[in-house]
Amino acid sequence: MRRITLAVVGTVAALVLLFSYRTSTGGSGGSAGTAPPGIVGPTGTGADPAATSAATVSVNGSVEDNGFGPVQVRIAVSAGRIVDVSTVSLPQDGHSQRINSYAVPLLRQEVLDAQSARVDTVTGATATSDAYLQSVQAALDAAHLGSGS
Amino acid sequence: MGMPISLHVRQGADTSAIAAAFAWLRRVDRMFSLHRPDSQVSELNRGVRALADCDPLMREVLDLCELARERTGGCFDALLPGPDGRVAFDPSGLVKGWAVERAGDLLTDRGVADFSLNAGGDIVLRVGAGLPRWRVGVEDPAAPERLCAVLELGDTAVATSGTARRGAHIVDPRTGRRIGGTVSVTVLGPSLTWADVYATAAVVRGPDDLDWLAAHPDHQALAVDGSGSIAATPGLHTLVRRR
Repeated sequence: MRRITLAVVGTVAALVLLFSYRTSTGGSGGSAGTAPPGIVGPTGTGADPAATSAATVSVNGSVEDNGFGPVQVRIAVSAGRIVDVSTVSLPQDGHSQRINSYAVPLLRQEVLDAQSARVDTVTGATATSDAYLQSVQAALDAAHLGSGS
Repeated sequence: MGMPISLHVRQGADTSAIAAAFAWLRRVDRMFSLHRPDSQVSELNRGVRALADCDPLMREVLDLCELARERTGGCFDALLPGPDGRVAFDPSGLVKGWAVERAGDLLTDRGVADFSLNAGGDIVLRVGAGLPRWRVGVEDPAAPERLCAVLELGDTAVATSGTARRGAHIVDPRTGRRIGGTVSVTVLGPSLTWADVYATAAVVRGPDDLDWLAAHPDHQALAVDGSGSIAATPGLHTLVRRR
């Protein structure tokens, strides 16, 4: 799957978790459902990207842990541009719920802002504890992988 | 928590080179992470492993940390008192930039001539023949969802240190006090190891004191404070593209 995509678009985005912290297990966390990172519908696996270039393709970001549980976002890409951002998974604890009602709209705006600025990548104070933005970066990477830009 | 490392290759993607770069990064993490009790640096700090029994890379990093302390006038120091008051060796302020720079070298050595390798905001850039320069957004430390500048960059390294994301996590080694306020400093240079060290030192010194970087003519810096005011070294103005 990935090899096919690489061959077609000449672009790769890879992600690895590094210098890992042991995640907090203090919160109950719940087990919010997550999905495998990468391209999801409507193309299915192995589809010819050329045939779907005008369609909207959804891409799941990697699953990041914000210390309270897994966070995952999904972006929708159409014609190489991000057109929507939504959440696949958010932690179930009360703390995250309070944060998320604020953070998710911000996150959504950030992806769209980064897109409008036509940036390839972003520098800022080390994002080690900010799972939301990590996941957005992952989704942006996935967008590069999916869009062939 | 973890740190994402993303790699974007626009030309000449070679999966074995990419695998080698990430294998190197994982190896460094296993050796130098303070969050892993079984890492060599953790064992060194607990006194259960001697320096002589560490991988030679440990000595190399130790020497680089000492050089960084000298070059920054003590504004960077890897030997700091831990929560228990004992001095501990914490090279994480240097290891990330060093490891990512080496990962970039691995890619270059294996023929990958175009890439953006970004580790939590610390970036190595290479531009392949015929391709445009990379556009790098600089986050506003007061509102990280916004960008305060866009830099168009060729073959260079970019590192940002600041107090925005993790709050007051940078300590002034000279006083032991944590750096307060909202500030970020972005440093550009030929080496990510040193761009990262100088960015951290610049935050310790304060964003209105970028003059000391003039001693490092290959480097440029951009400092942003909480009010959004930007200070930059002279050479950087030509690189900034307003949004």
